[in-house]
Order: sequence, then structure tokens, then C-alpha cells
Amino acid sequence: DHLLCVCVRLQVVLKIIKHYQEEGQGSEVVQGVLLGLVVEDRLEITNCFPFPQHTEDDVDFDEVQYQMEMMRSLRHVNIDHLHVGWYQSTYYGSFVSRALLDSQFSYQHAIEESVVLIYDPIKTAQGSLCLKAYRLTPKLMEICKEKDFSPEGLKKACIGYEHMFEEVPIVIKNSHLINVLLLDLQEKSTVADKHELLNLSSSNHLEKSLQLLMDRMDDMSQDIGKYNTYCRNLSKQQQQKQQYLQRRQQENAQRQSRGEPPLPEEDISKMFKPPQAPARMDTLLIAGTRGVNGRRSPSIKRLFLPAYSTGHWKFIVLCLKESIHELINSAMNGSV
Amino acid sequence: MCCCPATARIPWRPALSFSSSPFVIFLHFLYKIMAVHGPLVKIHPVVLASIVDSYERRNEGASRVIGTLLGTADKHSVEVTNCFSVPHNESEDEVAVDMEFAKNMYELHKKVSPSEVIIGWYATGYDITEHSVLIHEYYSREAPNPIHMTVDTALQSNKMNIRAYVSSQMGVPGKTVGVMFTPLTIKYIYYDTERIGVDLLQRTRASPSRTNGLTTDLAQVASAAGRVQEMLSTMLSYIEDVLSGKVMADNSVGRYLMDLVNKVPKITAEDFESMLNSNINDLLMVTYLANLTQAQIALNEKLVVL
Repeated sequence: DHLLCVCVRLQVVLKIIKHYQEEGQGSEVVQGVLLGLVVEDRLEITNCFPFPQHTEDDVDFDEVQYQMEMMRSLRHVNIDHLHVGWYQSTYYGSFVSRALLDSQFSYQHAIEESVVLIYDPIKTAQGSLCLKAYRLTPKLMEICKEKDFSPEGLKKACIGYEHMFEEVPIVIKNSHLINVLLLDLQEKSTVADKHELLNLSSSNHLEKSLQLLMDRMDDMSQDIGKYNTYCRNLSKQQQQKQQYLQRRQQENAQRQSRGEPPLPEEDISKMFKPPQAPARMDTLLIAGTRGVNGRRSPSIKRLFLPAYSTGHWKFIVLCLKESIHELINSAMNGSV
Repeated sequence: MCCCPATARIPWRPALSFSSSPFVIFLHFLYKIMAVHGPLVKIHPVVLASIVDSYERRNEGASRVIGTLLGTADKHSVEVTNCFSVPHNESEDEVAVDMEFAKNMYELHKKVSPSEVIIGWYATGYDITEHSVLIHEYYSREAPNPIHMTVDTALQSNKMNIRAYVSSQMGVPGKTVGVMFTPLTIKYIYYDTERIGVDLLQRTRASPSRTNGLTTDLAQVASAAGRVQEMLSTMLSYIEDVLSGKVMADNSVGRYLMDLVNKVPKITAEDFESMLNSNINDLLMVTYLANLTQAQIALNEKLVVL
């Protein structure tokens, strides 16, 4: 089933932002459920509610019950109570994991058009709202259904890391009343305090991203090492099998020449158990992280802006943005 | 580009729970000029968006929607961070609010954010009616000194007026006692990320189909730079006016300008260029490494699948 785009309402965006801001400080992920409707080939997300964090002292907390209660209550106030997906926050883009795959698979299995919304708070704090919607490709769905993660299975389906997730474009759609509200907000609010987007010093984030990338590469090389040892073991075993067969034949020939009955053909496969093929799913997941993370930050574009200008006039401007805000505010307040 | 001050001038609206006797009307005039006292109300935009949404989904025949406000309160201010709507029935004579529902929802919300408490309630519509007083009484049992917020979704004055009130006793003790709602100042408050989200969504106002895609990085850097440029030109025109004598020079503005000019770090052009270039080199190296790893992974895939 092909999904053209995902329409999100203003309050869903704001609720997700608020949930992370209040409950997700640090590197913990926050999750929640998305509610909405499917209209022709669009998925409309009209509301959402957060999931509480898992705490150790809350053993008897029943997630399913919480969800049921919430949806029943929301139905009373005419909010769409159809489950259409879930959202998760991410730490520097490292959200591709086994858990995510499993959850998304179970959602997509039950509801054809469900998506997972990934909200990146760090990139958003840098100036541009970073919200992406992902679904599993049909090929990956089939593989998950059969739970066949061996190399042969994946080879059959021809899955590379680019074919794991597909991104669905997000469109923000608002009603007229919300537009009036936005107008009101803009009039009554002060000028934005920070223009993080123009900040030249992005090295902090760059460092952390690189760190995570290196960790992923370490995981990947370990996995590749495991696969290589598996291949070597397999070929060694084949050799041993051949040798055993040859010896058997020789012995049989000798015995025949002496007139004794030949030794029975033993079940060779029982003697040489083939080594376990490592699950290739994890490798794919790690590669998937890399693929999804492929776009570099806009820091390079930011730097080229002052580089192409003459002299360092614009650099001065960028340094002064905070004082400019104070100034404008005081001028406006003073002149009214 | 002009920004209105953050405080809203709110006229005084009394609500009397008994039919007005002449004595009470006299008091009405006595309290005409009221100093705005009480806590400052800070509202997050997520609350307003939810209120508008629940108004749009109201039942047939209901003219307004009510709900609970959640948030945190301290001595001087009240911060409203969340809300949920509560089903209710209203007719000429009576009003029925589903209290069980309100309690349940509050419990559920508490599981996610345990620091939020009930700090008041909201209603859509322009006026404060008698029913509001009753509902307010219920909420005063739940929270100390609840605030009441009205959001005018019917746009009676061509704008969505958002007001907040706190109730106080009024009248002569022992005789006719009434309840008066005193207005409070409202301020919109944002987290940084919320601010960015709302700024982005302001653009949906301009597009005719009320939709907006999430823009690319370069476009956003360009628009941010454009905004700073606008601000600079506003400043420059003000300075020119002062210099040519058209506008009176304001000392505090002058001091800010002085701060501004002094904040520019004293770096020579060559130093700055070398810093910029080394930074760009770092970024280029990282981009190169990223492309290298991507090529490596693709190669690995091909080898394995073979």
C-alpha cells in the first residue's frame, strides 16, 4: 500500500516537543502513540499521547491498560481514537535498533499504513524542526514475517541497507482557527531570543556525531569479523568432509581387495555439523544507521556564508545577534 | 517589523452569582478601577492548540467546551503546560460536568509527568456565565486558588482573545456575598525548540492550502540570515533618524548600541580567515570520511550478497 504523505497537525508537533523537553533530558528516548485517520492515500495524524518512562519501582504498571484507558477517555471527547503509529525521540540520529524494528513491524502488521515519527531534538535546537516519518519497506516486512535472518534468506530477498526504511514526506496542515491563533501568538510574543541556526561553532555536535559514528563502525567491524570466521570455518569443514570421504573410499577399496565387507556409509552430515550462520539482521541495522545518517549537518553551508562575503563584516553581524534582539526589544518597548 | 508588548491589557469583567441588588451595583462601580494583582500566567502554545482542537471537535449543540489546565505554580506565577478537555452538558438552568472523567484523565496524565498539578480550568467563549461560577467552585476544591482561562473561539472582536482570571470574594461579609473574577496578565512562554516549531508553522498562514512542508536546511539558514539583516536595517534607520534630529535620542538605547559595538571581538582579518578555513577543512574532512564509510558499506553489501 503506497502512502503519499503524512499530514500532521500543529498540536501533535508541539506535544512531541513538549514531551521530550519535560521528560526526556539526557540521552533517554521518549515514546508515545499517534492517533489519527487514513484518508485516501494520506495519513492524517490529529493527536498523540505520551508513554510514561519505564521505572524500576513501577513493576506492576500495565502499559496496555494505560493505553486502553487513554483511548477510551479520548473517545468521549470526540478525539480520533484510531491507532496509526508511534513516535520516538532520537539521540543524534542513532534510532535504528532491533527494538525499533520489532515495534514497527508489529504496528505495520496490524495496521497497514502506520508510521514511526522520529523527532530529533538536538537538530531542532540547532534551528530547524527535524521530524521524519519512516515505514518498513514491503521486502523487509516479508523477511520479518518469516523471521529468516540468515544470509541465505537475506540474499534471496536482495535487501541492502538502503531498502530497509522508506521515508514518507511530512506536511503540516492547520485549520483556519489555528491560523488565527498563530497570528495572535505572533503579535503578542517577543522576538525570538536565539538564532541558533546562524551559530558558527558547531564543533560540539560534530564531535558527538563522529563519536557515535565510530562506535557504529566498531560494531560493524566486529560483526564482519564474525562473518569472516564463519566463512573460514565453513570452508575448513568442507575440506575435512572431502578428506573423510576420500579416506573412506580408500579403506573400502582395500577391504574389497581383502574380501571383507565394506564399512557402511555413515551419515556424514551428522558428524560435521555446519557452524551457525550469524544473524545478518544486526549488520543490516548498523548499516542502516549509517545510511539514514548520511546527510551531513548544515554546518558547512553556514560556514560558506561568511566565507563568500567580503571581509568579516557578516561575521561581526553574526556575533552580535543577541545584542540586536535586546536592542530591538527595548527600542520597541521604549517607543510605545 | 513591529512587536506589541508582551502584556495584554485586559478589561475588568465581574460575574455575580446573585441577581444584582442596588447595593451590589454600587460596589460594582466602586471596584471599577482595579489594580491587576495576582499571579502572572505563563502559557505554552501547546495548551492553546489543544483548546482550539477540542473546540473544533465539540459535540453537536454544544456552544462551548471546558477542560482542565495542568501545570506548575509558584509564588508569583503560574505556568500552564498541559490541558485536557472534559465532557459537559450545559443548558439554561443547569450544568453537568463529568467529574469522574476529569479525575481519571488527571491520574493518567500524572503517570507521564508527575510534576504537573491541576491549576485551573478553561472555557471557550467570550463571557463568564453563571455556570462558570459553579464550575469554578468545583475546581477550587481540587486546587488552591484555581485560575480560569477563556479563549474566544467565536472571534467576537475579530481576534482570539485569551484571558485569565482568578476569583475572589466580594461584597459585605455577612450579607450578600458575591464572587468576582479579577483579570491576570498573560505571557506566552516557549521552550527553545517550541519556539522553532511555532516559527516554522507561522508559514502555514501564508500558503493558500494551509499546508507546509518541512523546508531544507539551506532555505532555513537563508531565512535566518535575512531576519538578522532586517533587524540591522531597522536599527540603522533609527540611528539615522536620531542623527538627523528627527527622533529624540534615548540614552538607554544609546548604551545598548555601545554594548553592541564593543561586543565585536578584536580579531584581525588574517586571523579570522585562518580560523574559518581550518573550520571548513575539518568539516570537509568529516564529509570525506562519511562518504568513505558509505562506499565501504556498499562494497561490503555487494561482497556478502555474492
